[in-house]
Amino acid sequence: MFHLFKLLLQEEIPDTSQYMIAGYAVIFGLMAIYLLSLYLRHRALQRSQNSLDPSIKEDFSPNSEK
Amino acid sequence: MQSKPRLLASLDIVCILLFASATFMVFFYAPLEVVMGMVQKVFYFHVASLWVGMLGFLVGGISGVIFLRTGNHHWDIVGLAAIEISLVFFFIGIVTGSIWARSTWNTWWTWDPRLTSAAIVELIYAAYFILRGGIDEPVRRARYGAIYAILGFVSVPLTFFSIRLFRTIHPVVIGNVNAGSQGTFNMAPMMLQTFIFSLFVFTILFADLLWHRIRLGQLAEDVEQRKLDAFHSQ
Repeated sequence: MFHLFKLLLQEEIPDTSQYMIAGYAVIFGLMAIYLLSLYLRHRALQRSQNSLDPSIKEDFSPNSEK
Repeated sequence: MQSKPRLLASLDIVCILLFASATFMVFFYAPLEVVMGMVQKVFYFHVASLWVGMLGFLVGGISGVIFLRTGNHHWDIVGLAAIEISLVFFFIGIVTGSIWARSTWNTWWTWDPRLTSAAIVELIYAAYFILRGGIDEPVRRARYGAIYAILGFVSVPLTFFSIRLFRTIHPVVIGNVNAGSQGTFNMAPMMLQTFIFSLFVFTILFADLLWHRIRLGQLAEDVEQRKLDAFHSQ
């Protein structure tokens, strides 16, 4: 009822588009940052995994020069 | 690390298509709400983000129970993955809610029961990562993490029901409308369809992200094991 009353008194639809843009910028922005973090962590771990591959394990042996 | 399964690759594509469809529905299918204007369109993804947050915290709690019962480390990876995703989406929900509040309630933040309990949930689960980061021994870390995830989940239903239990200005979307709420609107059929579709899309998105995050956890564990093996072989 209150909703209808407010509607009758209202002259025009308020312009709240800037809040909507801010809201969706947050949604898409944070989701993109999270996806990027997943990708970067995956890439870093894959590099570590490749460097620790058993075929190049001698790099970690005590006799290794490195 | 195994290459990406075909099913996961397909799920990625389905997710992109569904997400694009949900975005299209929000902007071009759902009608404009005449009292609040364009900001009401934040509602669809705001609620869906909080839904993913709560769903992930539930998965985290269930994974904790299964881990404590079986001792299978895989469930620790699942719990960690679910809670990490949920923390991000719950944060999105809180921030978008704040933006909506600024437009509707004329304030960025108010210590309303719903907003306060949601902020507490976010902090509880942020502390979950601090707890895990402070324990080096993997089995103990997993056990403490599981117990914390189970106990932490108590805060989630409290947040969900806070708008039904306490006097609050936060609108109730499903069920009885709170007399003191501000920002309530009558959901037209096309709004309801968009809302339900958004919830569905975000649920699928959660499943997809969870799968990716579990694979990342398994990769991290494999790297950790290789490092230990390399260290012991010296």
